[in-house]
Amino acid sequence: MTASDPLADIRASFFVECEELLEALQDGLYALEHGTGDGETIHVVFRAVHSIKGGAGAFGLEHLVQFTHQYETALDAVRSDRLAVTPDLLKLFFRAADHLSDIIRSAREEQPFATSISAPLLSELTARVSLEANQEAAEDIDFAPIAVNLDFSEDPLSAKGAQLNHFQISFTPEPELFDTGNDVPHIFAALADLGELDVQCDTSRLPTLHQLAPEAVYLSWSLSLATVVEEAEIASIFEFVEGLCELDISLRVTSDANALGSEPVTSDAMTPSTEPVDAEPQSNPQQSHRDTRQQTVVRVDIERVERLVNLVGELVINQAMLSQSMQSAGISPHSEAMNGLEEFQRLTRDIQDSVMMIRAQPVKSLFQRMSRIVRETSASVSKDVRLITDGETTEVDKTVIERLADPLTHMIRNAVDHGIETPATRLAHGKPEQGEVRLSASHRSGRVVIDVSDDGGGIDRDRVLRTAKDKGLVPPDANLADTEIDNLLFMPGFSTASNLSDLSGRGVGMDVVRTAIHALGGRITINSEPRQGTSFSISLPLTLAVLDGMVVDVSGETLVVPLNVVSETLTLTENNIEMVSPGHWVVRNRNGFLPLLDLSAVLGYRAERADFTDRIALLLTLEDDVGVALVVDEIHDQRQVVIKGLDDSFYRAPGIAAATILGDGQIALILDPADIVAHACSLGAHPPAHHRMEA
Amino acid sequence: MSVMDAARPVELLTFKLGDQEYSLDIMSVREIRGWTRATPMPLAPSFVRGVINLRGTVLPVIDLAERLGLQKCGQNSRNVIIVVKCHGHMTGLLVDAVSDIVALQPDEMQDPPDTGTSDTPNVVKALTLIDDRMIRVLDVAQIVTHAESDAA
Repeated sequence: MTASDPLADIRASFFVECEELLEALQDGLYALEHGTGDGETIHVVFRAVHSIKGGAGAFGLEHLVQFTHQYETALDAVRSDRLAVTPDLLKLFFRAADHLSDIIRSAREEQPFATSISAPLLSELTARVSLEANQEAAEDIDFAPIAVNLDFSEDPLSAKGAQLNHFQISFTPEPELFDTGNDVPHIFAALADLGELDVQCDTSRLPTLHQLAPEAVYLSWSLSLATVVEEAEIASIFEFVEGLCELDISLRVTSDANALGSEPVTSDAMTPSTEPVDAEPQSNPQQSHRDTRQQTVVRVDIERVERLVNLVGELVINQAMLSQSMQSAGISPHSEAMNGLEEFQRLTRDIQDSVMMIRAQPVKSLFQRMSRIVRETSASVSKDVRLITDGETTEVDKTVIERLADPLTHMIRNAVDHGIETPATRLAHGKPEQGEVRLSASHRSGRVVIDVSDDGGGIDRDRVLRTAKDKGLVPPDANLADTEIDNLLFMPGFSTASNLSDLSGRGVGMDVVRTAIHALGGRITINSEPRQGTSFSISLPLTLAVLDGMVVDVSGETLVVPLNVVSETLTLTENNIEMVSPGHWVVRNRNGFLPLLDLSAVLGYRAERADFTDRIALLLTLEDDVGVALVVDEIHDQRQVVIKGLDDSFYRAPGIAAATILGDGQIALILDPADIVAHACSLGAHPPAHHRMEA
Repeated sequence: MSVMDAARPVELLTFKLGDQEYSLDIMSVREIRGWTRATPMPLAPSFVRGVINLRGTVLPVIDLAERLGLQKCGQNSRNVIIVVKCHGHMTGLLVDAVSDIVALQPDEMQDPPDTGTSDTPNVVKALTLIDDRMIRVLDVAQIVTHAESDAA
């Protein structure tokens, strides 16, 4: 690869690092947003941006440096408590983080990035910082800075037993105040001498820099003071500025001075998200979460892992071959050799599992991308939507995660765009104005289940049915059950939005989502309650490298049928097969009639037989509840097989998904049942039994 | 249109298909394997013999005789599979028997004359004489890519 260019390697590792830093950044912002962070969180966030800036500088990524610099400046203002964390500011930070990842991606792919795109965000960030700077400037322009003495080593509170008065002071200077040579810091310094002072500056009236009148006063302060002195003494401090400011001093509580320290004196109303620093790390779940992230990790080239996966696949095959040849050599199953082989098999399986785990990754990165989608989508449709994620540490094969991004993005967009109602509708229905989209992942019986749900209005079944009828997807007189209507969403050519928004109505329907999920060997189901919301559930295999299959024999060829579609096996008798028309057979089971496909004939191994009696059939349940019965010659066993891709640039066989290598070294083909049915249909054979409507 | 590099001699792997002799540029040959049974691909064109296990990867095998429109390879123990790599794809070519490796100067090879038939266009890219026997030099890329487009 690019091993010849050491700089390219370093550059590549910089971008890998960027990914991690972006993740840390997102984590930190998330913690700040939910108030689960601690004093360290803002520093983590700051450092993440700072490190990206450092690396970007080293590689001469001008634009990235520029952006991170401004971002960092804003974060630094927060870090040094000059800027209060407000939900509004956090939203800006999130947007900046999203934008930052865009810039990094384009830098990595060496795509040109129009600096103009960053301009609005940059100016917003600048405005925040200059706002804070103006505040300083307003104080500093005409007067020498004066350090406010907040050192209480000799403070009056040390007098034990004294009565503590908590005063709330609101102070808004008039411009004239400064004309008379007074200054705010002097006053505050004097106040601080009286007791413990907490100063909050209200900068909400501050305009942006270009609108700022240098002589005007935009700031006001709210102070809380815990002191032993009386109100009169405080008022005396403001004596010189009387009439030059709006002043309100009120006594809130009186408490024992000894109780101070255990009780926060100030209210956090101004800064809801900056929780006081919690000094005990163990008690903080966020902290322990970060600890787990600091486990030693090794960064490995994915190619090496792939190679290991392949080698283990080989090992599995080889071991199966060995076991087969030992059996055919007539070695007693109780001999030491056979016992050893059994142990070998167990070890092989363990190694295989472990190797698969190397490829596994937590779905967290995927979920983080989705939170961005929610932010962007909700902003563009003017809805307030919150993404709640659960089970972020659930691990799934890397490839599965990668290939899940697109369908999931689409589903999340759908949920925000179509699922969540407008704020007005929500309020009218007695729901909170803010919509909720939930994204959760969990392991369930050897599969990964990912749920996407919203608390929106649910599927408008009348409209769905009407649309489907209009589009001719179902007969006009069709009478469908609720779940059948819901499943219409998955039909190709269906789009629910009556007015296509530019978000989800891109002509990409849920059918594309379903196809993508199926390609991963997964299933997707839908569940909707009117006014309660809609939820989609995706069930996926843990890995794409192995498959649980049923090994069958057809015309002397060994084939593997994915076990997840096999619902039952059946011996055909005269009683359960019926001929519909010459050459067209159905098999009867509890649920009705299923078309009978002679697998051997469908695959062209030999002509269709005339009599199926005493043959074995696999009853398959495919997507959309399509049922079909496949006639096979013999069922060998069920086993886990290593999936080997077929080079289908050469020739793509219908109905074949992949191949595997059997114990005897021979290749067995793995069926793609849905494709088999489609192929059989195209041959003009039996249409599959659609429990639902047929188009 | 001489495809050969003018300066260097070209090494060719010669082999038999029926009673005819063919050859391939040895640079495209990865290995030669004895015949093992191929797993047939359903509904494949007749020249696709199927797939075999090449040390853990699935290798498609073409019956070269059938591909060239000759008689199908009679199966016997001397049948071999020549594994060639072309455009990153490995393909097995089933032939009757491998004969020899010969080194030729580019000027010893001649473009095939236009015989007025276009059944197998461009598959034979040159002709040469060795010991008074005519050897056809095959273009691997044409064999493999044409197989693809035929199948498509």
